[in-house]
Amino acid sequence: MKLLANRTFYQSVLIINAILVLTPIFFLINSSLRETSEFSRSPFGLARNPYWGNYTSVWSGGEFPSYLLNSLIITGGSLFLIAILSVGAGFVLARYQFRGSKLVLAFVLTGMLIPAKLAILPLFIQLKWMGLLDSRIGLILVYTSAALPAAIFIMSGFFRSLPLDLDSAARIDGASELQLLRRVLIPLVKPGMAIVAIYSAIPIWNDFFLPLVFLQSPEKKTIMQGLTVFFGQYASQWGVLFAGLTLAALPLVILYLILSEQFIKGLTAGAVKG
Amino acid sequence: MSKSGLKRDQHRAALFLLVPGILTIVLFTTVPALTTLSYSLFAWVGFQRGDFIGLDNFLRLFEYPFRDQFFMVLRHNTLVFIAVMIFQTGLGLLVAYALFKVVRGRRAYRTIVFLPVIFSLVIVGYMWQTLLDPFYGPINQILLKVGLTDWALPWLGDTRTALPTLVFINLWRWVGFPAIVFLAGLNAINQEFIEAARIDGASEGQIFRKILFPLLAPSLTIITVLTFIGAFEWFDLPFVLGGSNGSPAGATDTLALMFYRLSFGSVDSGANNVGVGSALGVVIFTIVGLGAALGSNLLRRREVEM
Repeated sequence: MKLLANRTFYQSVLIINAILVLTPIFFLINSSLRETSEFSRSPFGLARNPYWGNYTSVWSGGEFPSYLLNSLIITGGSLFLIAILSVGAGFVLARYQFRGSKLVLAFVLTGMLIPAKLAILPLFIQLKWMGLLDSRIGLILVYTSAALPAAIFIMSGFFRSLPLDLDSAARIDGASELQLLRRVLIPLVKPGMAIVAIYSAIPIWNDFFLPLVFLQSPEKKTIMQGLTVFFGQYASQWGVLFAGLTLAALPLVILYLILSEQFIKGLTAGAVKG
Repeated sequence: MSKSGLKRDQHRAALFLLVPGILTIVLFTTVPALTTLSYSLFAWVGFQRGDFIGLDNFLRLFEYPFRDQFFMVLRHNTLVFIAVMIFQTGLGLLVAYALFKVVRGRRAYRTIVFLPVIFSLVIVGYMWQTLLDPFYGPINQILLKVGLTDWALPWLGDTRTALPTLVFINLWRWVGFPAIVFLAGLNAINQEFIEAARIDGASEGQIFRKILFPLLAPSLTIITVLTFIGAFEWFDLPFVLGGSNGSPAGATDTLALMFYRLSFGSVDSGANNVGVGSALGVVIFTIVGLGAALGSNLLRRREVEM
C-alpha cells in the first residue's frame, strides 16, 4: 500500500499508458509512409524519407474519396436533423406543462434503452417497403431516430437550467414562441448543442453495422464500411492499408486534438453528471 | 386556453416543435422494436411471414441445432463481461486515480488517455490485426527478437487466445472511458474529507479504500451497467476480426453475431431464420434490460451519500 502514496508510481502509470496508446498509432502513421517491400526487411524502420505513394494509391485507386464524402453527407445530415428536432422537443418538454408531457418524456427515456441493432430486421423490411433501403436518406433517418432520445434528454436538461424569467420577459416584449426559442434561448443552450453534436456524430461517423446492412451500392458506402472492402482489396499491400486507416482516422483525431475538452464531455454525457 | 392546458400559440408551437421528433422515434425505433417482438411469434420462410406459432421460435433456441451455439455464445459474452469488469474497469480506476494525483501534465495525459475512444472499432480492429500478424506483425517480431519464441503465437488465429486477445484490443480502445468517468467522480468528492482523514493519520491506502472508493460507487454503478450492456451486445470488434462466424472455429462468437447470422444468413450456415433470429433478439434485449435494471438497483443500494 506504500505504492499508493508514491507520486512516481502514478507518474509512471500515466507514462506507460501514454506509450501503450501512442505506439500503435505512431506505428500506423509511420508505416503508411513506407513502401510495402520495406516491411519484410525491417518492420520497425522509421520513415526517414516519407513515401507518399501509398496515399496516392488510396486516393486514386478506388472509391475512397466517395466513401469519405458519403460519411460526411450521412453524418452531417443526421446531425442537422438531430439538432433541429432535439432542440424543438427539448424546449417543449422542459418549458410547457401540458397533459401527457410526463408521458412523452417517459416515452423518450424508454427510447434510450432500445438498441437499434436488435430492431434491424423489421427496420430492414420497413425501409425496403418505404423505398429507403440502399439510400443515404434512409440511413440518416435511422441514425437520427437512434440518437434523438438521448439528444432530447440532454437538451431538455439544458433548457430546464435556464431561468423562466427569460421567457416571461421575451413574451412581454411581444416575442412569439418561436422567436423566444430562436432569439433568446437557443444562444444560451449552445454548449448543450455542442455536447449533443459530439455525442451523436462520433458514433455515426464510426459506425459500420447499419451501412453494412442497409447500403449495398458501392457508390453509397461509408468510410468505415468501405474500409472492410478496401482491406480485402489490398490485403497484401500493408503500406496502402496503413495509409487508408490513417486517412480514415485523421478527420476525427484532428478535431479531437482541437476540441478534446468538448469531445470528452460529449462522449461521456450521460455517464458523468454535470 | 385549449384543452391541453396551453395557450393557443404555445399549443401550436408544441405541435410544430415536438411532434416531428417524437414521430421519428416512433417510426424508426419504437415500431421496429415492437415488430421484432411480433416477428418472433411467427414462422418464417426467408423474408416471407408464415403462420402464428406462439413461443415455438423461443423453444427452438433450446433445441438442436441452435442450443449448443446459444449456450456457447452466452458463455463467451459472460466471460467477456467478467474480464472487462476486472481488467478494463480495474485499469480505468488506476488510470483515473493517477490522473487525479498527478498535477503536472494532467491535461495532456487526459487527452492521451481518452484518445483511443474516438477511434472507430473498424480502424482499431484492423490496426491490431496487422500489429498481431503471426509472421510480419511487429509484436511477434519483438517477441522473437527477445527470445520469447514460445510466445510468438498466432494470437487471433488460435482458438485459445482469440477471445482474450479481443478483450485486450477492446481494453486498448475503451479503457479511457471508465478512467474519465472515475476521474469525474473523484473530482466531485469533497477534498475536506481527504484532508480530515489525513490529519487523523490515515494512510493513502486507507483513504482510498475507506473514503474514495465508497464515494466512487455511483461512477462504478454506471460503468458496471454500461459494461454489461456493451458486453452482451458485443458485435463490432468480433465482426471486424473474426467475421460473422466468430472465427477461428467460433472462438469469438457472440450473441449479437449469432443474431446477425440468423437474421441475414451466412456463408456456411446458409439461409436465414427470421423467426428464431427475432426470438434471439428479444432474448438479448431482455438479458440486457433485466441485467441493467437489476444491476443498477442492487449497486445503487450500496452507494453512500456525502
